[in-house]
Amino acid sequence: MRALLGSVKALNGAEAVAYAVKQSNVDVISAYPITPQTIIVERLSEFVANGEIHAEYVNVESEHSALSTCMGAAAAGARTFTATSSQGLALMWELLYVTSGLRLPVVMAVVNRALSAPINIHCDHSDSIGARDSGWIQFYVENSQEAYDTVIQAFKIAEHSDIQLPVMVNLDGFHISHTLENVNILPDQVVSDFVGFRKPANVRVEYLGREVPAVLDGVTPISLGIIALSDYYYEFKMMLVDAIDKVKSVIKEVHNDYLKVSWRGYGDGLIDPYGVDGADIVLVIMGSAAGTVKYVVKKLLESGLRVGVLRLRTFRPFPYEEVVKVLSGVKVIGVMDRATSPGAYGAPLFNELRSALYDLDSRPTVVNFIYGIGGRDLEPLTVKRICEKLLEFGRGVKPASYVEYVGVRR
Amino acid sequence: MSSSINIKELARSKLKLLPGHRHCPGCAAPIIVKLVLATIDEPVVVVNATGCLQVATTIFPYTSWNVPWIHNAFENAAATASGVEAAFKALRKRGVVGDVGVNVIVFGGDGGTYDIGFQSLSGMVERGHNILYVLYDNEAYMNTGIQRSGGTPYGALTTTSPYGTVIPGKPQHKKPIADIMVAHRAAYVATATPAHWVDLINKVRRALSTIGPKFLHVLSPCPRGWRFDESMSIEICRLAVDTCYFPLWEYGGGVWRLTSRSLEIARNPALKKPVEEFVKVQERFRHAVSDDQRIIKELQAYVDAMWEDLLNRCAVRHS
Repeated sequence: MRALLGSVKALNGAEAVAYAVKQSNVDVISAYPITPQTIIVERLSEFVANGEIHAEYVNVESEHSALSTCMGAAAAGARTFTATSSQGLALMWELLYVTSGLRLPVVMAVVNRALSAPINIHCDHSDSIGARDSGWIQFYVENSQEAYDTVIQAFKIAEHSDIQLPVMVNLDGFHISHTLENVNILPDQVVSDFVGFRKPANVRVEYLGREVPAVLDGVTPISLGIIALSDYYYEFKMMLVDAIDKVKSVIKEVHNDYLKVSWRGYGDGLIDPYGVDGADIVLVIMGSAAGTVKYVVKKLLESGLRVGVLRLRTFRPFPYEEVVKVLSGVKVIGVMDRATSPGAYGAPLFNELRSALYDLDSRPTVVNFIYGIGGRDLEPLTVKRICEKLLEFGRGVKPASYVEYVGVRR
Repeated sequence: MSSSINIKELARSKLKLLPGHRHCPGCAAPIIVKLVLATIDEPVVVVNATGCLQVATTIFPYTSWNVPWIHNAFENAAATASGVEAAFKALRKRGVVGDVGVNVIVFGGDGGTYDIGFQSLSGMVERGHNILYVLYDNEAYMNTGIQRSGGTPYGALTTTSPYGTVIPGKPQHKKPIADIMVAHRAAYVATATPAHWVDLINKVRRALSTIGPKFLHVLSPCPRGWRFDESMSIEICRLAVDTCYFPLWEYGGGVWRLTSRSLEIARNPALKKPVEEFVKVQERFRHAVSDDQRIIKELQAYVDAMWEDLLNRCAVRHS
């Protein structure tokens, strides 16, 4: 056994995120308070106020300006971080697309919270899931430890010379952000060595006839944020599509490198299967409720049932190849979505997963279970009943509906 | 306080906005940008709000900007500039950039400044960033085809403040944006026009020698939107100042001062022209000229009141 590197601290998820940022050589932080994200910016403010980190903290007047400030700073070569939730993310909306379009490697923690109206401060994924087409890489973590580990990895992934894309690290509001856990913290120097300092990637500028760092250095005349019409816009978007296609291998690589220094890993970095091999039924889920599901599945496994859980760590890029590989042969799949998509046939995770499985020679039965909206508790008993239902489908019972809303009064 | 300005030297200085851009003939915006940037040494970063200036200068694969330049969105130029400034501070702390201060300059139109960008501008000034924000004010949303803004004057015709039978042109006066920046306790605030270019350059110099948030409000006549001959842009700036529609002043260190032609008018009130002189050369006011003078009278009364107010502020400090 290798001795644990670093120390153990009792931290909630928000504090774990702040601690990871503290250790990651961040240059500029800009954020605006919103429940349940606020603890992150409070802790970071303390680190800056006490001179524990060199970062500039820009106390802006809105989330829109928070992301704008990070974008300006990232364009000038800084490593940047922001954090938000729910309405704050909604206010940043137009800039989410600009951030990825300008290829600015901003890292943002989103403490997932339901969207208004009615106003609600508790967890669901409707805020970040809605941003799935904005060109951001999206992680969904299961606990505070993973929040800490993922924020550190996020800087390396975002700034990778082949990628240059913003990363959103999603953690469930209150379930993770406000729940105290023992978190293994790496020594400052280990994290610093792992993430290094931001080194902007080079870009070839035709009119300069050379490669230059893609930053506003005060001297080199590069133009960022130009207008491209029907003759060039599509090519810019294609470059973005191509870049995010390269992300999966970079996530795996960074995850593996991190495993070597921390001795902690989460599946292959993209998907985290538990009991999936040889399972008759599998539940697919993202976020903290994976813990509850694993707890139930463990008991079912002990009773001899062949039940598995597949937790997706990334939703963007969607790990379709990895998912298809581990799920091929599984007869019944339950997809647990923590977001609604009114008017759609099922919620986004269900749709994307079902679509990925469509080309299998033998298609499984895939049923959507929408849960936890606005912080509604997901009880182990509910998960057990879902598993029992899926086992019934496995015995040939046809689902009455392929989209079920669980835990709601009607 | 400023050294003398040599027009030949100025003309020989590095061109930071290159020819070939797609601004309309007679547009004052590129003249303003060239004058401002000719006064500013590198290192410099220019931040541009969405608008005419941005779209006319950067149609891919071309750019007119011969300096580092960024456009983010419409309402967030001030916040983006705040980030640029913060980045240089942080990078200086860890020794990546030297101690030479970078000049962070924002160019925003009236839409991006008075209206949609007002919140981020207010935040930038409140936080005290060391940034020069230049408003080129063409008094309407010209990029989308002449719609009224908070900077459009009373009575002016735009496509969203048309001359209707019930509502004749814009019913509200111009928002006193530069006064609002003074009320924010900005480090330096001034008004300028490209016609009074020596005054403009002196003000840019004074702004750059002041640490903190600086705001320069520059009138930018628009031949398309104001409906005048494209050869008239500079002349219209002179009329705006001569009628006291757009007085030239500056504020810094708690002191208000009139400058250039406006100072001359204050000393010799006989030089002050009626606002009709400014109004009658622009088709956007054609109904005001042909009508019963009600709009012109209202505009004149407003201009007179604002001018008196300004005289008092400047006189109080001068005496």
